[in-house]
Amino acid sequence: MTDEAGLLGIYRTAVRINRADEKLRGLLTSGELAVSYYSPRGQEVVAAGMMSRLRAEDYLVTTYRGIHDQIAKGIPLEPLFAELFGRVDGTCKGKGGPMHVTQPETGVMVTTGVVGSGLPIAVGLGLAAQVRGQDRVTVVCFGDGASNIGAFHEALNMAALWRLPVVFLCQNNRYAESTRYSDGTTVERIAQRAASYGIPGVTVDGNNAGEMAEAASQAVARARAGEGPTLLEAMTYRFMGHYFGDAGAYMDADEFVAAQAADPVPALRKELLRAGISTEEELTALENEEQAAVDSAAAFAKASALPGVDELRRDVYREEVVA
Amino acid sequence: MSPQSRISLQQACNQALDEAMAADESVILLGEDIGDREGGGTFKVTSGLSTKYGTSRVRTTPISEQAIVGSAVGAAIAGLRPVAEIMLMNFVTVAMDQLVNHAAKLRFMSGGQTHVPLTVRTATGAGGGFGGQHSDMLEAWLAHVPGLTVVVPSSPAEAKGLLLSCVFDDDPCVFVENNQMYWDKGPAPEPGLRIPLRKAHVARAGTDVSVITYGRPVGQVLALAEQLAGDGISVEVVDLRTVSPLDSRTVLESVAKTRRAVIVHEAVGQFGVGAEVSARIGEELGGELHSPVIRVTSANTPVPFSPTLEKAYLYQIGDVETAIRKVAS
Repeated sequence: MTDEAGLLGIYRTAVRINRADEKLRGLLTSGELAVSYYSPRGQEVVAAGMMSRLRAEDYLVTTYRGIHDQIAKGIPLEPLFAELFGRVDGTCKGKGGPMHVTQPETGVMVTTGVVGSGLPIAVGLGLAAQVRGQDRVTVVCFGDGASNIGAFHEALNMAALWRLPVVFLCQNNRYAESTRYSDGTTVERIAQRAASYGIPGVTVDGNNAGEMAEAASQAVARARAGEGPTLLEAMTYRFMGHYFGDAGAYMDADEFVAAQAADPVPALRKELLRAGISTEEELTALENEEQAAVDSAAAFAKASALPGVDELRRDVYREEVVA
Repeated sequence: MSPQSRISLQQACNQALDEAMAADESVILLGEDIGDREGGGTFKVTSGLSTKYGTSRVRTTPISEQAIVGSAVGAAIAGLRPVAEIMLMNFVTVAMDQLVNHAAKLRFMSGGQTHVPLTVRTATGAGGGFGGQHSDMLEAWLAHVPGLTVVVPSSPAEAKGLLLSCVFDDDPCVFVENNQMYWDKGPAPEPGLRIPLRKAHVARAGTDVSVITYGRPVGQVLALAEQLAGDGISVEVVDLRTVSPLDSRTVLESVAKTRRAVIVHEAVGQFGVGAEVSARIGEELGGELHSPVIRVTSANTPVPFSPTLEKAYLYQIGDVETAIRKVAS
């Protein structure tokens, strides 16, 4: 089971994600930020629980709905926010933007804007670790919708075939863009698909920090021991629709109300207090610290310079593009 | 192997991979049927390599082009130098997401934090009776994407030197092997020879007409140039070697000298490499040309099956001669 320090650490990460997301939505509403933004609100504990089981050198591949994963993996808020603002101090000098946040020093190797494309890349990261005899683990995050694209099947098959150290984390938030899970998928659980590849398929309540962290621990341990991949399905919910500004008219109203009532971040807070792990004062202090860090990161990003146009011709190839 | 010996294109590619794997243990191979148990590849280009280097570094894959190229991208950003074989160029279309959206762009989108030292080898070519889905030259699809380097070798020695350079390049390369040339022999290069990428080669110097070409037509055009020399027409042959990024400078220097240009390629003409080369010549030298640029390409149709049709589809070396005589007149 996840120990007390583990749960508190997960809470701190979840709060950081939660406050960062709230800040970004505020900046979008005020017009200070104008980007395509895919809020992870409601999925904070999935990412915080998963990444709490990883080492800094472990790899992460995620998607456009990815800031919860990136923050949980360890990207500092300042370069993350600066990247979303397209600034020179961003993780990618402003050249990737919100859908392509990358920071190898924290293991965030690829963020893709193409549904399902991260899975084969994660297989390759796992392959590199295996070929070199490293015990490094790769986690690839994707949604339930991604499990219907061909790359999902090719990647799981190849990872299973070669027993690669990859954790396939499906964050099942019940919607593939605007299409309900049951309107795009016939199996009851994405994890059932693991049977096709002869690997473990585990469904867990991703919004329960203890359950999420425990399932993550097992999948990571299996990968690190060279026993192969796991398809881990974390049941969660998407509070803010597909994209920022999505009115969510296609969403089931009762389901939406119930999910919000079970908001995973306050639920974990309540659990920390109930179990006597933390006091009200400690949690308030923690939340204030995270809020201050988020506010500071936003100020840092806004103050950062825009890249010079000479950046346009750099990084296309190793040598700068001439014409 | 002495420099005077002759090798086939298939042997040249095999030797390049062998030398690369011997030189650097980060070089790994991925592809369908590439292991020796599976026959060493459809065209046996990887023959012997899994036995020599082991099946950890030479991996026969399932028939999964997205996962072959995608996993090669992942292994590349982790620091390996993967060489992925996509059996036939038409199957590259199945992996275009990984090539176009990921391999080509990860260096740029990450602000230079990651890069993709990946080589995709693929075979194709019309004339073998393989019909519409196994014969296309699709290099223009890839040449349109900034970040990719597209290489089409013209002989065994060129193939070996260019493939070695692709493997050790720090950016993604697509290396197109014409399977109609696999068994044709040519002089072997010096061991370890690497030919620079992104640089065209003046394969024959001349003064009257520049023929800009790459891949299979190069040898035929060189033979034609010898023949035309007897008629008093001095043909300069520019082998692009790397189709994209295009070495404009070498092309423009040649055409600035001859003021006449004929472009020859096996791929269909429409929206092709020849159109790009012609546009660059027109933009830079339009007013100085003695004659409009002529393109000689294969027909703007799918590759047909029946031999009479396939022969009619392919670029005609006779048309190249006609074009040269026309611009030279």
